[in-house]
Amino acid sequence: MKRVLLIGLMALPLTAQASTPEQRGFQVYRQVCATCHSLDHVTFADLSGIGLAVADIKAYAASHQVPDGVDDDGDPKTRPARLSDSIGSPYPSEAMARLANHGDTPPDFSRLAMTEEGGAGRIETILRSYEPKPAGVVLSAGSYYNTAFAQKHIGMPPPLHDGQVTYADGTKATLPQMAQDVGAFLDWVAHPHRSARSHTGLAVLGYLAGLTVLLALLKHRVWKRVKENRQ
Amino acid sequence: MSKPETSPTGWLEARLPIVSAFRREYVDFAMPRNLNYLWNFGAFATIALALLIVSGIFLALNYTPSVAEAFNSIETIDRHVSSGWLVRAIHMGGVSMLFAALYVHMARSLYYGSYKTPRELLWLTGLGLFILVMIAAFAGYILPWGQMSYWGATVVINAMNAVPVIGPALASWLLGGEGLGSVALHRFYVLHFVTAFSIIGVIVLHVAALHVVGSNNPTGVEPETSDDVVPFHPYYTTKDGLGLCLFLMVYAVLIFFAPDLLTLANNYAMANPLVTPGDITPEWYFAPFYGILRAVPFKLGGLLLSAGSVAVLFAVPWLDRSPVKSARFRPVLRWALLGLFIAFIALGVAGMHKPTGLWLGISRLSVAYYYAYFLLLLPFLPRFEKTRPVPASLRGENR
Ligand code: HEC
Ligand code: HEM
Repeated sequence: MKRVLLIGLMALPLTAQASTPEQRGFQVYRQVCATCHSLDHVTFADLSGIGLAVADIKAYAASHQVPDGVDDDGDPKTRPARLSDSIGSPYPSEAMARLANHGDTPPDFSRLAMTEEGGAGRIETILRSYEPKPAGVVLSAGSYYNTAFAQKHIGMPPPLHDGQVTYADGTKATLPQMAQDVGAFLDWVAHPHRSARSHTGLAVLGYLAGLTVLLALLKHRVWKRVKENRQ
Repeated sequence: MSKPETSPTGWLEARLPIVSAFRREYVDFAMPRNLNYLWNFGAFATIALALLIVSGIFLALNYTPSVAEAFNSIETIDRHVSSGWLVRAIHMGGVSMLFAALYVHMARSLYYGSYKTPRELLWLTGLGLFILVMIAAFAGYILPWGQMSYWGATVVINAMNAVPVIGPALASWLLGGEGLGSVALHRFYVLHFVTAFSIIGVIVLHVAALHVVGSNNPTGVEPETSDDVVPFHPYYTTKDGLGLCLFLMVYAVLIFFAPDLLTLANNYAMANPLVTPGDITPEWYFAPFYGILRAVPFKLGGLLLSAGSVAVLFAVPWLDRSPVKSARFRPVLRWALLGLFIAFIALGVAGMHKPTGLWLGISRLSVAYYYAYFLLLLPFLPRFEKTRPVPASLRGENR
């Protein structure tokens, strides 16, 4: 029995699709949000930070075309994206983004969980607060009823519906689940080094604490001389 | 003492006596034996500045001063340059730690009368340092070209434009004639590191002046006998070292566990001249001066009072007429000074809020008290105040 368990545990990382909220959130981004929202400052290579396999990232990058100078006739060329390219925007220019969205621009996602007041939690709330428009409310074209805002509308069509994506790990893709996952992904995107930051921080604090104790002892011994020879 | 010319140190000593000078100034140097931990803060400021310069050099390797690239290059440093996030955190945290150390350092000098004869030049070079640090911090904050960078700079430029006759000409000369754009950004970049490096030179003057007259101490009584002093090493090397460890721990907590305290989240959105942020708030260390700027209904008045609040500090050694240095022996001044510190902090808090209603009242009252302290209390209080008996020696208080 024990042996079976052990073998099972060892095999786990290879077989099970142990996906994290950030990885599921990336899947939502990739399949839903990426049609409109850019990730200008995040490169494909950065995605290894949430534990995606390099082969998967390479395949994802290769599905993007990026500008690649001009050919011999002076016509613009493109090439498949590489790991070091930024994930970038689905639109060729801000004007095109505006045109496609009734005059609103979908904000870039790179730091949205930081600049949005309330962070990832707020983003999650926005995604969950679409409701049918009550009778009598008039909204202009390209505006959607959303109770997360004081003015009760937003220029983004409701992006999420139950079952919209199929999670590889079998998690049920309900709207709240997807909202939470994409929130976790955006939180990581805005603070990519958070775990390195706290690990380094603990090491630095530990070192300084040790040094403080040693110096306190040393200082105490040194100053005892002055106190002793006081008249 | 002097070694024969044949030994390497003797050879160096005969040509450039840095080893003996170092020994004289940093090992054997006589220090009052009764300094408290408030005398650590000059060393804290020095270390914070050193860390700023070193981290700044590494940031400069990857920063591009142009409107199109500045924000991008900061994102690249933060995300892709290896340990870039750490270098940037050290630099951003260093500014707050430097200002915090400086404010305590200045408060200490005010409380113990360290600005009085014979230390006037220490006070003046210190103020020179404070102004240089403010210029460097202001210019540096523009560099990442976020929303607060842009709009913070706009507030200052508008204030400058309010100066009659020379204001607009001065502003356009500074910005290179085309408003807040790439030319101006490049200039702020140069201004930033030129002031940062000049600070090192002024610190040398500041510390040289200190070593001529020696440190003041909590009693304000100058040391006289050899019993009053101890050598810098090992006494104050260990005391400064211990303090420094604690200072660095606070620094570490700030940059590793509370990095968001250091910046306004708004500055992670790229500068956009078409979108004015709801309220333009300064960094905490400028908040008191911003509070003064906004306490006055017309721009020029605010600007004059704000600049004057630093300018008046230059006159402090001559405004204070009391022969007693330390506030320990000045029962009234002690409370008056506490009031000054409270007024300054209140101005800072008010500076972070919209200048309306209660906040406006608080900031006006605080500005009035700030000026009254320097222009009325310092010169005239000694006429009425009955000071406590000052001990004959700096060790008197210990008996
Ligand atoms: C059809 C295009 C489209 C899709 C798909 C889309 N968005 Fe948006 N989004 C927009 C537009 C347009 C805006 C700007 C709305 C405005 O300014 O009122 C926006 C704004 C936002 C905002 C900012 C709201 C605010 O506070 O102003 C967030 C957060 C957001 N989107 C998240 C998402 C997430 C997460 C997804 C994927 C699940 C997503 N969006 C998918 C078009 C889209
Ligand atoms: C970059 C900024 C500064 C640095 C690095 C610095 C450094 C130092 C150091 C190392 C000392 C000796 C240790 C101590 O007394 O704490 C000192 C003393 C002193 N500094 Fe500064 N200082 C700076 C700014 C200032 C400012 C802004 C002022 C006041 C306006 C000031 C006023 C003084 C005075 C009066 C002393 C002597 C204090 C005494 O002996 O009691 N300094 N400084």
